[in-house]
Amino acid sequence: MKTILFSILVLSVMGALFGAVLAFASKIFHVETDPREAAVRECLAGANCGGCGYPGCDGYAKAVAAGEAPCNKCVAGGPEAAAKIAEIMGVANDTAEKMLAFVPCSGSAGIAEARFNYSGPVDCRAAMLFGGKSSKLCTFACIGLGNCARACQFDAMHVENGVAKVDRSKCVGCGACVEACPKNIVRLIPESQKIMPACGNRDKGAQVMKICKVGCIGCMKCQRECPADAITVVNNLAQVDLDKCVQCGHCADICPRHIIDYFG
Amino acid sequence: MLTNIISIALGAILINNFIFSQFLGICPFLGCSSKVDTATGMGIAVVFVMGLASAICWVVDNYLLVPLGLEFLETLAFILVIASLVQFVEMFLKKSVPSLYAALGIYLPLITTNCAVLGVVLLNVQNTYNFLESVVYGITGGLGFMLAIVLFASVRERIRFAEYPECFEGFPICLVSAGLLALAFMGFSGMQIF
Repeated sequence: MKTILFSILVLSVMGALFGAVLAFASKIFHVETDPREAAVRECLAGANCGGCGYPGCDGYAKAVAAGEAPCNKCVAGGPEAAAKIAEIMGVANDTAEKMLAFVPCSGSAGIAEARFNYSGPVDCRAAMLFGGKSSKLCTFACIGLGNCARACQFDAMHVENGVAKVDRSKCVGCGACVEACPKNIVRLIPESQKIMPACGNRDKGAQVMKICKVGCIGCMKCQRECPADAITVVNNLAQVDLDKCVQCGHCADICPRHIIDYFG
Repeated sequence: MLTNIISIALGAILINNFIFSQFLGICPFLGCSSKVDTATGMGIAVVFVMGLASAICWVVDNYLLVPLGLEFLETLAFILVIASLVQFVEMFLKKSVPSLYAALGIYLPLITTNCAVLGVVLLNVQNTYNFLESVVYGITGGLGFMLAIVLFASVRERIRFAEYPECFEGFPICLVSAGLLALAFMGFSGMQIF
């Protein structure tokens, strides 16, 4: 009888004691967590795309709440998310320009000459292992096996006829495709930029003529005719100065190779 | 005295390794060993908790349970002590040593149900260790666990690139390699120190 009594007594006392200590400790060792963190997390797109440069949406929300990150970094959420976050954080919303992915290559099948007939694994990196770093004769060309399309979480990237194309209505500018491209040709351009030469070839004109039906030959026509002096040909390739360009589209009209894209 | 301590320590780390000889704590050993980083984190947390639990359980046993003749309650009382201890340590670290808390991460609460911790305190009682011996046995037992899990994690990191039959994919190959590692540790068994 005594043993039973002691058993019950000892265990209940120990239980009560530990319970009390834990309850007390939870008050003493209480750590404040910022309620804004959860609120910021609510505003984000939640794709964990990493476009903000932080490890996932939670990491970014934490950095924003700690005041370490600006509120406009969520590319997938766009300006709406930035505005909401700015409201939560009580800071001015200086929305960054939305960026979109762009593939500077127009060398689809039949336009850019093939170096060899590739029938290996459907992966740009695999195709790069063969001679010349590309299955096309142009070393600057999009291989077109869709590493970028597979990296895109927003269904904005598709390979059409051997060249990756960006669906500008779906692209959020997270840059996953830029990371995925083994040839480093995909890049981000501001959404407002309507004009871009869709070629990355820096070979001399005569060489380009041989290997691609549309590639930039560096003829300087766009440079001469641009009313805003925004185009310069550097290394045999037309380049647009984003600050000077007035988006008139004249260059796209006059380009003899029709290589300058105009997203009108 | 010192030789006694050293023989306890070496015994706990190598000869009677908690995982490879006593088969305690196999669950976290398999669950947390896919990467060396996480294995190290788990190992440090186990060393920490096993040392503390040995100390507190020795006090509870010798000043509460034994005088009252309640030795049969040891298992129950020790589980209670370990569970609350882990909770307390977690709260304490979160407040006082955030860096250590971040390093141990989710492993601390996981240890609440680690049978190696309960094993070490029960073995302390079984071997009638005094306070110092208990603490040494707890800490070195944890070090033995850490050694085992870190070794096994580095083995697993290499296995990932090895070629083995498809039917061994996943846990089977892990269990086979854990068995081989345990065989290697069997080389220590029967060794007599001092």
